[in-house]
Amino acid sequence: MTEIALLIGALVAIAGIAWLPLRATRWLGAGGIGLVSLAAARHAVGDAAALALGATLAVLAGRFAPPRVLRRVAFLVPSFVLLVAVTTALMYMAPGSPFTQERAIAPSVEAALRARYGVPASPLGFFRIYAERLIVAGDLGPALKVQGRSVGELLAPALPVSLALGTSALLLAVGLGVGLGVRAGLRPGSLSDHVSMGLALLGLSLPSFVIGAALAIVFALRLGWLPVAGWSGVGSAVLPAVTLALPYAAVIARLARSGTIEAMQQDFVRTARAKGLPERLVVWRHAVRTALLPVVSYLGPAAAGILTGSFVVETLFGVPGMGQWFVKGAINRDYPVVLGTALFYFGLVTLFNLAVDLAYAWLDPRTEAEA
Amino acid sequence: MSQPTSHVPRSERQAERAARAEPERSRTSWPSEARVGAGPWRRAVRRLARNRAALAGALLLVAIALACFVLPGLLALDPSRTAPELHHQPPSAAHPLGTDALGRDLLARVLVGGRTSLLVGLAAALASASIGVVWGGVAGYVGGAVDEALMRIVDFLYGLPYMFLVILVMLLFSDTARGRALPVFVALGLVQWLGMARIVRGEVLALRGRDFVLAARALGASDARILFRHVLPNCLGPIVVVATLGVPSVIILESYLSFLGLGVELSWGQLVAEGVAVVNPIASPWWLLVFPSAFLAATLLALNFLGDGLRDALDPRSG
Repeated sequence: MTEIALLIGALVAIAGIAWLPLRATRWLGAGGIGLVSLAAARHAVGDAAALALGATLAVLAGRFAPPRVLRRVAFLVPSFVLLVAVTTALMYMAPGSPFTQERAIAPSVEAALRARYGVPASPLGFFRIYAERLIVAGDLGPALKVQGRSVGELLAPALPVSLALGTSALLLAVGLGVGLGVRAGLRPGSLSDHVSMGLALLGLSLPSFVIGAALAIVFALRLGWLPVAGWSGVGSAVLPAVTLALPYAAVIARLARSGTIEAMQQDFVRTARAKGLPERLVVWRHAVRTALLPVVSYLGPAAAGILTGSFVVETLFGVPGMGQWFVKGAINRDYPVVLGTALFYFGLVTLFNLAVDLAYAWLDPRTEAEA
Repeated sequence: MSQPTSHVPRSERQAERAARAEPERSRTSWPSEARVGAGPWRRAVRRLARNRAALAGALLLVAIALACFVLPGLLALDPSRTAPELHHQPPSAAHPLGTDALGRDLLARVLVGGRTSLLVGLAAALASASIGVVWGGVAGYVGGAVDEALMRIVDFLYGLPYMFLVILVMLLFSDTARGRALPVFVALGLVQWLGMARIVRGEVLALRGRDFVLAARALGASDARILFRHVLPNCLGPIVVVATLGVPSVIILESYLSFLGLGVELSWGQLVAEGVAVVNPIASPWWLLVFPSAFLAATLLALNFLGDGLRDALDPRSG
């Protein structure tokens, strides 16, 4: 019952922020930035320096950050609480526990194990221990199923791998999608339009692991240009990154196409042409900036999706990234591993959404006024 | 959301467009285009019928569904009858699509697996569509702080990688219903409604201040009646489009789950995942990968064509 109360409390907190007036949201957002940077920097640079950093960032953000960004940050702290609470509740509700084994263990042994690893039988107790450990010691806790390693030690080598894979996939998706989409949108109905949109539709209609397997068969097994699996050097990153990127490139191409078609019919494009600008400048300086707005707002979901897709792609190509740990942790009921990866994914998506908000405010000044 | 769907960010553009006061979409008829008396739906159907890709998609879909639900019974195909001596047989007259490692007939498995995939896709898309319509409708209609609160919850869920939520929910059922359709269906439905909620909210927001809503209120209609009888029916076009495009994304999601070993037993996703697992350079039973993938891709292509066609037919203003 208490955990349900906790969940409802966190939801109410999130919803409650929506009721606050703009000025309060601004304060809360600035405070949130300060708090998060304080918590993140404490264990790297020490208390005093982190406090100074947090305060500076909070003041700077409060003065200069767009309201849209501050608003998102204001939701950040309760969102993290909600994330940990929901995940904990779901894991405790799932049958089995990290200490379930083939052979039944004595209750006293299990109790000792639970105390040793900080995994009490009640979800609320676990939540308290986990939050305290995370905030006070900056520690993600011990991994329950990998003997003698902490979650931090497990995830630290996986973090750069996942980041590199995700970033290159995202860049690839955006580059490919925008290039093809704008090209197609400038000449709707042409052959290149039909070809690229047909390809995009095909990319949307196959699971990425089929595309990945096909690519692996052609480029790794038949041609021998690239390694089939593993993670060593740039060559081994190509196939996973391309596989991960293609479905998103397809969506982005479709968005960029319809955005371009729409933008090219606008008055300001006619004005730009009328004042004698070369077509190249009309397209790339005036039309594309508007045409890409839908693409930019898709980037947030795309980033979340690429991270999710990485669960599958990492498994397919044997890439030692975070996604594998999440899946393993979930199946093994390794609560701290699941929570650690969850915090990582959620943090990354949030950071990314902040960047998207900033980009949006820059591309379309009107959104600034509305927020 | 989900396997990438292109409709997500359109909500904003659509709302913007709808907000530029235009004649109300489905109650007025545009004399330039239609005969007298032709309703908006009939016009939409006519536009759809002229779209060859969408029509082909619809026909293909019907054919695949018929094959999956009728053929196994007619031909007495059994997807689970094993025959060790038929290990990895290539396609032949007796087994048109070949056999798998246990000698089971691949045609039977693909057709019966198609039932699961189609049903899971349809059910999850329908369930999530209803949640999304109500959630987004209430948010858009009531507006203000309620709107903010409801949409913040959507934002929060949207920020999670959806597979994360799906896997956690699947764990709840891991003892009682492993490999069954129910947990997959619940988990996928849970993450699928977010896009629908956003789009419906945008539409309702744009319609809320129109004259016909004021008229209904002046006549004394309750809020619930106005929302469900007057406002939401006017958003039906986008709702149908998003729901149609939701089916392929659910089917793809299910295949991801199957690939990770968490999916429904005997679905296209699972067959494709098995096919990926057995492919190797020496002796590859290619048919195990190619045929299930072909069925899956054909179905998804058909659904995507149909969804695009519906969008063009129901929402002529979109590009």
